[in-house]
Amino acid sequence: MTPVLNVKGMVKRFGGLLATDHVDITVNPGEIHALIGPNGAGKTTLISQLMGELRQNEGTIELDGVPITSLPTAKRVSMGLARTFQITCLLPDYTVLDNVAIAIQVRQGHSFRFWGNVRHAQELRQSARGFLDAVGLGDRAGELVANLSHGEQKQLELAVALATKPRLLLLDEPMAGLGHVESQQMIEMLRGLRNQVSMLLVEHDMEAVFALADRISVLVYGRIIATGTVDEIRDNPEVRTAYLGEGDELC
Amino acid sequence: MEKTLKRPVLLAGVLIALIALPTVADTTGYAALTSLATRVLIYGIAAASLNFVLGYGGMVSFGHAAFFGIGGYVVGILYQHYSLGEPLFGFIPGTNQLLITIPVALVVSGLMAALIGALSLRTGGVQFIMITLAFAQMLFFLFVSLKTYGGDDGLIIRRANELPGLNMRDKQTVYYVCLAITVAFFFILWRIVNSRFGNVIVGLRQSEKRMAAIGLPAYRYKLMAFVISGMGCGLAGALMANFLRYASPDMIHWTKSGELMVMVILGGVGTLFGPLLGAAVFIVLESILASWTENWQLGLGLILLFVVLYTQGGVQGLGSRLLGRRA
Repeated sequence: MTPVLNVKGMVKRFGGLLATDHVDITVNPGEIHALIGPNGAGKTTLISQLMGELRQNEGTIELDGVPITSLPTAKRVSMGLARTFQITCLLPDYTVLDNVAIAIQVRQGHSFRFWGNVRHAQELRQSARGFLDAVGLGDRAGELVANLSHGEQKQLELAVALATKPRLLLLDEPMAGLGHVESQQMIEMLRGLRNQVSMLLVEHDMEAVFALADRISVLVYGRIIATGTVDEIRDNPEVRTAYLGEGDELC
Repeated sequence: MEKTLKRPVLLAGVLIALIALPTVADTTGYAALTSLATRVLIYGIAAASLNFVLGYGGMVSFGHAAFFGIGGYVVGILYQHYSLGEPLFGFIPGTNQLLITIPVALVVSGLMAALIGALSLRTGGVQFIMITLAFAQMLFFLFVSLKTYGGDDGLIIRRANELPGLNMRDKQTVYYVCLAITVAFFFILWRIVNSRFGNVIVGLRQSEKRMAAIGLPAYRYKLMAFVISGMGCGLAGALMANFLRYASPDMIHWTKSGELMVMVILGGVGTLFGPLLGAAVFIVLESILASWTENWQLGLGLILLFVVLYTQGGVQGLGSRLLGRRA
């Protein structure tokens, strides 16, 4: 079985700092692979390299067995890679519906179309509404993004990413800043999506990780120190000292 | 519902006023008003073109006078070769036909915008501002040193370009030609702003990171926007050369880029008709203040300061709020 994502020997240096240290990671079809690690472990850096926003110093990336190592971000997205942002990154002057519709528009092909009014393009509006309903934002379609609550923005991030029809979704802390109820909703939503799309889930919320993940990898100082099932990771002594134990004491 | 009705009515009112303007100006004895209005329309086109990249696209170009000047020089150079009867580069015949000079001005300014944009758009932010400024100043000094085409003194165009069936020596005719072109220009701009292309350009202003994450290759879209914008300024420059019957390096000087930017800011950044309003305010203020004092820029500066600090969106924003509408 070809993994959806196959990363081999990824290295990223910032001057003397080794932000990503020979990382190998795979995501299998239909799998939710969680990536956990303390702050500053290099999780977001890894996602940025997978998307092509940062160029790695060494290593290869394959999507569905096709090498994408040297492709620009736009090309990777068109091949089925999508991400959400830890600090939400949306188009603030546009409505919720516009934010999803523009993602569908870009997916449909080039935008060198200068005449027709984009807001009258019913097929864009209709399918955008579908994605909004799926994440529970259907009744907020006409609202400006700047007026959304933090939780709603997180939901919209997910809807926009899904609108690009990804094969693999890179989720950068989708629960960060959410209240308990909102977190539960997000967990339910992600669980419902697992049949459609594989996910690499970066998350601090251990409850969410243990509820969702098929496999977990632990990243510390840019290096993956352990990969395994939920139970294996929970019982791994190295992980406990490096991350879980430390986290418990701090909280 | 009310808002959707108000705007077309307002536009129709303004258009009727603009059509009636030369007649009114003549009967009331303010014939100079027609010339003033012609300049407003021409600068309105240039400022709206700049606003397409600056306001809609978030690319702060400080070198748009380059394209304005190129448009002017296309008209001037073609006229010179026409009147001397010797072809440009030995094979391109000169012409004094507006139907030829305008398309040529569009093409040449578009090509220059493609060249300058292709290099400048590899940078962003302050570097982009400085590099566009640098390119425009390079062109400025090029034309200053081009003695064949008047150098420092510029090129005098003895007669405005001809249009079949119209007497272009009549100031009113020139005004109506400019008005017709302005209407067509703003109609096209309105369609582009609301098109799929305009959608991604406005998206890029709001967040380039987001647009990359949904799979948009930004560079080619920004370059296209830059070219469209440059062509608009080229059109304005060609009209201006016809109106003044003069093309000079002043059209390319960085202060002209600054004036265009001031018009955009005065009128309202990122609005369709704001720059036209801004051009009107700028030119009217310039003529009024200049009749009082030589140092008219001081007064204009104070007004600009007020607009930036207090109106939140220029004259257009102020007007909308005074009329009780959403800005």
